[in-house]
Amino acid sequence: MERIPILRMGDLLLVTIQVDMHDRLAMTLQDDLTQRIVSDSAKGVLIDISALDLVDSFIGRMISNTAAMARVLDAQTVVVGMQPAVAITLVELGLTLHGVKTALNVEKGMALLGKNHF
Amino acid sequence: MSAAHNAAVPFETALLERHRPWRTARLSLPLRTDEDVVYLRKHVREHAVAIALSLVDQTKLVTAASELARNTIKYGGGGEACLDDLVDGFKKGICLIFVDAGPGIPDLELALRDGYTTGGGLGLGLSGSKRLCDEFEIDTRPGEGTAVCIVKWKR
Repeated sequence: MERIPILRMGDLLLVTIQVDMHDRLAMTLQDDLTQRIVSDSAKGVLIDISALDLVDSFIGRMISNTAAMARVLDAQTVVVGMQPAVAITLVELGLTLHGVKTALNVEKGMALLGKNHF
Repeated sequence: MSAAHNAAVPFETALLERHRPWRTARLSLPLRTDEDVVYLRKHVREHAVAIALSLVDQTKLVTAASELARNTIKYGGGGEACLDDLVDGFKKGICLIFVDAGPGIPDLELALRDGYTTGGGLGLGLSGSKRLCDEFEIDTRPGEGTAVCIVKWKR
């Protein structure tokens, strides 16, 4: 079964979404991330969406839900690298990713998670 | 999700020929599975690039297509999408029509309201898509089916 790889760096989990996700793949990623937060005792999750040229309501909801699940499992989530056209479309669509922390790039995202000492 | 009841008797809708005078080409794509949505998005993106839509307009059109295609599968039990290239004088555009032979939308006004959903989603699919496009039209009859037509013109 297709999966999006989750990398571990210290107590962080790093995900780079590089494919056009269908809905089941997005749900699998949400489940996998939640499992890995617990099994790896992760404190932070960094989701890089710089390669995504579309975030629709399903993917947006997956991101919000993942962040909410991470929060109750004592981990912070930062979404990094959103393309400007995606941001414009997302807001016009009516999605604001409420409660999700964002940063412009991976470096800034790491800093937001308190990992600027690498 | 049962895809068995549709396509035997397709939903007859005037929306399919609504933009006929401006149509130069039509591509019909099936909408049954999650993968079909990804495939449709890819085609819509290619056509949007071909008529040189701006990156923001490309993204808006592909996102609207994604929302409506998901609706066709989730609420309509599957169906098809027609991807039309339009030319009106010097103006180019893309028209997408989503057709299913599902249960129809009982209360259209309510369904177009932000945040209203019967499927446990965010309720942004229809209302959000409308905001992302230049033209938006729905034809739905209870028990017969639903068709949604959207158009984006090159500015």
